[in-house]
Amino acid sequence: MLPFKRHIPFLLSLPFALVIFAFFIVPLCLVIMVSFWDYNAYSIIPDFIFTNYEDVFYGCVKSLPDLCTSFATYLSSLKFVFIVWIITLVIGFMVALFLSFCVNSLQMQVVLFLLCTIPFWTSNVIRMISWIPLLGRNGLVNSTLQNAGLIDAPLEWLLYSQFSVTLAFVHLYTLFMVVPIFNSMMRIDRSLLEAAHDAGASTWQTLTNIIIPLSRPGIIIGSIFVITIVMGDFLTIGVMGGQQIPSVGKIINVEMTYLQFPAAAANAVILVMITLMIIFAMTKLVDIRKEL
Amino acid sequence: MISRYFRIFLGLIFTLFIIFLYGPTFSILVLSFQGPEGGLTFPMRGFSTFWFRSLFDGVGVIDIWGAFARSIRLGLVVMVLTVILSLSAGMAFRRHFALSAFLFYATISSLIVPSIVISLGVALEFRILDDFIKAVGVELQIQWIMDDFRTTMGLLSSGLGAQLTWTLPFGLLIMFAVFNRFDPSYEEAARDLGAGPWQTFKEAVLPIIAPSLIGVALFGFTLSYDELARSSQAIGGQNTLPLELRGLTTTVTDPTIYALGTLTTAVSFLAIAVFLSLFVLLRRRTSKSIAQEELPS
Repeated sequence: MLPFKRHIPFLLSLPFALVIFAFFIVPLCLVIMVSFWDYNAYSIIPDFIFTNYEDVFYGCVKSLPDLCTSFATYLSSLKFVFIVWIITLVIGFMVALFLSFCVNSLQMQVVLFLLCTIPFWTSNVIRMISWIPLLGRNGLVNSTLQNAGLIDAPLEWLLYSQFSVTLAFVHLYTLFMVVPIFNSMMRIDRSLLEAAHDAGASTWQTLTNIIIPLSRPGIIIGSIFVITIVMGDFLTIGVMGGQQIPSVGKIINVEMTYLQFPAAAANAVILVMITLMIIFAMTKLVDIRKEL
Repeated sequence: MISRYFRIFLGLIFTLFIIFLYGPTFSILVLSFQGPEGGLTFPMRGFSTFWFRSLFDGVGVIDIWGAFARSIRLGLVVMVLTVILSLSAGMAFRRHFALSAFLFYATISSLIVPSIVISLGVALEFRILDDFIKAVGVELQIQWIMDDFRTTMGLLSSGLGAQLTWTLPFGLLIMFAVFNRFDPSYEEAARDLGAGPWQTFKEAVLPIIAPSLIGVALFGFTLSYDELARSSQAIGGQNTLPLELRGLTTTVTDPTIYALGTLTTAVSFLAIAVFLSLFVLLRRRTSKSIAQEELPS
């Protein structure tokens, strides 16, 4: 018997834990710490002040009911979160439903599932800019519509707009909905469906009484992914919004390029708090670990 | 039961979804073969490899091939570390250990905390470390630090760390899925036959889970190769390919960028194809050898 046998699992997890500690937990603590620091044009100065937080919400209460920049930015992010969440949920649910209940052979299921997954392993930037030839002023959509005589002038709202940002989000992140929902659906006992059928349930009744309640964990996990990604995004909104649409992530990004780290940190802390609140509300509903 | 019409409807939705997923990328692929006179949009003005040649000659001042090499190198390091660390932690999580719940939730959080925050945190960490090293150098009059030391940030320090916070959670989740479906009787059989812990792992566990490790490797490499958000602030002076690409989206106005897009997508697809074939191959071998051993001889 090895004397340290009892500790083997702990030791095995140690390298993994050290990386998570060094590159996730410590940085997160530093963000919180530095959000209370002071700074000037050249450096960051250890301190304990609330100025960075006050700056974020400077003039916000006074100017109500008009929205200050911060409130407007958060509201804009929340709006994207909500729209993208609804769309990815509906599409993701239907795709998962098709994969798990309408494809009969396991082999075919694997192939079609991979077909959905492969784009996830390719570049997001490329997938974003690949919309440009389709949606641009002289893009495929505009020229087709013009040739068909449906519009006189090119539609301007197709690219570098809220529309294109939403489209790109849906394009990039619906997979995060499909996978967990598919996973939940594959665990549904097929005999339940037969029982429902024998009892005379319609498609709609089967969906609302069996499939949707039993895929709830997948729906929640997928929702957490999509909501947090969209909430913290700055790249998609930047590229697809033509650098015109504000987002919290973008504010942090800009502040960092001006080396205003404490200000960026304060914004980051607020962003994480809001994200955590959303997730906390959702994890109350499901235990992720049992669902894999 | 799901009615026939609804099934047909779902099939239609699925088909449209696949077209939606692949269509735009396909348009880039086609447009990268645009003729020399052609622009960023359809129609095609001839068919040529002109823009690929222009890509090989270099894009402005940016060292695309250097960035490409760095991305591949970083991707491979991330891949190896992701596989080893996730496997080891995955084995650990089969039992309860000190702080296991904490580590699990920390890992999940690492996946869902906004990338820009992690990027900021890692950048701060290395910045503070730099300041500390410089201060120590001045304090102790260490000559090389005072003369030559610039930063600890870099591709294989801060960049690597930032990317691991993204790939490791995926690796661990895959390992959970693997071990939830793993039949421990193979291990028990090995132990009954007198195998030690290491031998049990090497001879019984590893061959069975090997295909899944290929899956972890696939995630490790491709997610790193295309990673952008977390490395954006934490990569140091030399950019990876996705970072250069993002810069190019605002400056390049000819199909060279499509040629680059086609090229990097081709690399991704090549990686996916290699990993998937390996996966299929390994799985076939495993199931065959298990089946053979179960047959009475």
